[in-house]
Amino acid sequence: MAEILKYEHVDISYNGVKVIRDVSFTVDEGEILGIVGESGSGKSTLIKAAMGLLGETGLVTRGDIWYKGKNLPDLSAAELRRLNGPELGMIFQYAGSSFCPIRTVGAQLYESLTEHESVSREEFSRRAAALLEKIGFENARRILDSYPFELSGGMQQRVGIAAAMLLNPSVLLADEPTSALDVSVQKQVVEEMLLVRRTFGTSIVLVTHNIGVIGAMADRVLVMKNGETVEYGETQQVLNHPKEDYTRLLMSAVPKLER
Amino acid sequence: MEPVLKVENLTKVFTRRGQPAFTAVDHIGFELYPGECLGLIGESGSGKTTVVNMITRLLDSTEGRILLGGEDITRLSGKGLRRAYREMQMVFQTPADSFDPRCTLGDGIGESLRNNGMSRAETKQEVARLLTECGLTPEFASRYPHQVSGGQCQRAAIARALAVRPRLLICDEATSSLDVTIQQEILALLNDLRRHHGSELSILFICHDIALVQQFCSRVLVLYRGRIVEQGIPDEVICHPQDPYTRRLIESIL
Amino acid sequence: MTAMREPTVRIQKIRKDTVRTRLIIFGALALILLLCSVFCEHLTPYDPYLQDLKNAKAPPSPEHLFGTDRYGRDMLSRVIVGSRTSIFSTLLLVGIVTALGTMVGVFCGWHGKWIDTVLMRISDMFLAFPGLVFAMAVAGVLGGGLQNAIIALVAISWPKYARIARSQTLAQKETPYLNAARLSGSGTWKMIFKHILPNIIGPILVTSMLDIGTMMMELAGLSFLGLGAKPPTAEWGSMMSDARSLLSSVPWVTLAPGFAIFVSVMIFNLLGDTIRDYADPKSRGR
Repeated sequence: MAEILKYEHVDISYNGVKVIRDVSFTVDEGEILGIVGESGSGKSTLIKAAMGLLGETGLVTRGDIWYKGKNLPDLSAAELRRLNGPELGMIFQYAGSSFCPIRTVGAQLYESLTEHESVSREEFSRRAAALLEKIGFENARRILDSYPFELSGGMQQRVGIAAAMLLNPSVLLADEPTSALDVSVQKQVVEEMLLVRRTFGTSIVLVTHNIGVIGAMADRVLVMKNGETVEYGETQQVLNHPKEDYTRLLMSAVPKLER
Repeated sequence: MEPVLKVENLTKVFTRRGQPAFTAVDHIGFELYPGECLGLIGESGSGKTTVVNMITRLLDSTEGRILLGGEDITRLSGKGLRRAYREMQMVFQTPADSFDPRCTLGDGIGESLRNNGMSRAETKQEVARLLTECGLTPEFASRYPHQVSGGQCQRAAIARALAVRPRLLICDEATSSLDVTIQQEILALLNDLRRHHGSELSILFICHDIALVQQFCSRVLVLYRGRIVEQGIPDEVICHPQDPYTRRLIESIL
Repeated sequence: MTAMREPTVRIQKIRKDTVRTRLIIFGALALILLLCSVFCEHLTPYDPYLQDLKNAKAPPSPEHLFGTDRYGRDMLSRVIVGSRTSIFSTLLLVGIVTALGTMVGVFCGWHGKWIDTVLMRISDMFLAFPGLVFAMAVAGVLGGGLQNAIIALVAISWPKYARIARSQTLAQKETPYLNAARLSGSGTWKMIFKHILPNIIGPILVTSMLDIGTMMMELAGLSFLGLGAKPPTAEWGSMMSDARSLLSSVPWVTLAPGFAIFVSVMIFNLLGDTIRDYADPKSRGR
């Protein structure tokens, strides 16, 4: 399979302080890569770098992030903006708070779509409803007409995924997409993302501290600690037969339900 | 055996102007026996925090009774309540926020001792002993909450809770904000304390992770929409859930 | 895609934290200002109250840097001496307002219930009046004089501090550490003085630092209108007011105290801004 996103020897610094050291990985078309680590391991910083979201003080000080022949850290802000959305989609931990509270979900999705292409309202409504139905929403019209606060946390998160998928990106970057959710809702969101991959062949980079979510979704996994790669490989291989002590420690610390 | 904590018919109704009354906790009752570790699980919005806040009297209950060691503390205030706090202590969800950012950890741990009339020198000694018991060194007494890691801060919070030698320790999601490896360390500490204190220490363990409850608790209550929908021994509840909500909860664990 | 190649290296510009430097600079300037006003008698080149009619209305010159007024008094000396009244009465005013407002606010926030409602409605009433007009009315009723001007300004300024202190107290009441203190058996006074006040005093002090400039202007304004310090006391506002009829012929007599007000207000505002940045933990890092 062709690779779509490739990190090569990436170092990232904030104001002269190095937080990521020499991280390399590739994401193939349709692959789900899980990046797992504890707080402070730099896992979120890694995907923020691809989106150009490191802020004024952050910079990829060494290495390259290749996406379709473009080196992302060297693109201008305007070029990145053109990529963000139609090529690289993003899902946040609190999708609900990335919506404006006083406008309907539909109006906001329409706005984000017209940023990148010109479509009529009717065309948009048809497409949005079709997309929502395709990724498992019943009653898509009602959701488009709701205000964000009328939806539950899990529903907001799923709508966040739908919002990202509306532009049909090749890669979805998801930063702790299930961490704020209750377990029963978490499962729905995981299934949502798997359905997106099945339906559209989208590659997903999933950043989380929840190894259960990684095990349920990821094809390959990258274990991070203190800004460095600890282990990188096939998910089942890494989770079931970890090579490194740290991965072993991490796996043994995960509370497992015995039933 | 007399229960350490007995809750009868506890109810909390929130009323706001212009909004319908909301029953956060709906006539719940349970008992906690000496040396027991009782788990209380539920999702966000199930009323766990409201229950805890009513038991610790940080929130007034609408209806029902709370008996701590046989004494009715439901309406206590002032001196009486301060006496009750010598029997009951709490460990909070976010360790760093549970210490005053402008006071040292030692100040926080020793506060209850000073309030109970212990001298400054004795308090210092006792704080050092408590810190050691909780796996830290006495030097931590002079650190500020932002100077220590989450796990270290939670250890200090446990030391603070144990300072008055309470019979009831309430852990309100005490491990939820911590990384899994740290979570295990804190649970190991709590297990040590349980072994060490035996029937002198009972724990009410509030948690949303049923796997942790299975690992740690001797009995579990499942809270859903303000009601206890199921209770029993964790293995029993997990392997043979009776209530549809519990079943759904267990099925969704990845 | 790409052949094997060396990873690109990018140079990062490192931003230095300037808050500390700014704090030192503006703190030092404010200190100089304060020292000037304390030792003002020893700093004046001439006697600020000595009339010298031969030299009246002299324009700025090497002998008289700010010129002289219509009685021939040296303006530089008068501005220096005026700093004592202007700066000290401003600091006194800000101090009283901060203490009073904070007391009321913490009390309201902590106690809640009807006392909170009553005191906050009263503060609303004060806020509903246009400030300086109300101060003029109060000063008018009480009669002129610096003391009454301060009372008038305290009356219009405390509600702002009460509001800030109240909302901060309400926020502190919800924090886990206050609950922890409560569970530790701490009483009301201990919780207020040991936990609430130290944690809310930062934003309040910042507000009062920023208010020093405004208060100085308002005090000068009242004096300018003849409701504050009375001539011949050297006070910047009344000095400006005193010479305003001569603005076109001898502008320096009005401009000198005006310039002094401008510089002091500027220094205290910049200091206030810097303290606000310094107090914000995000700008400092850990």
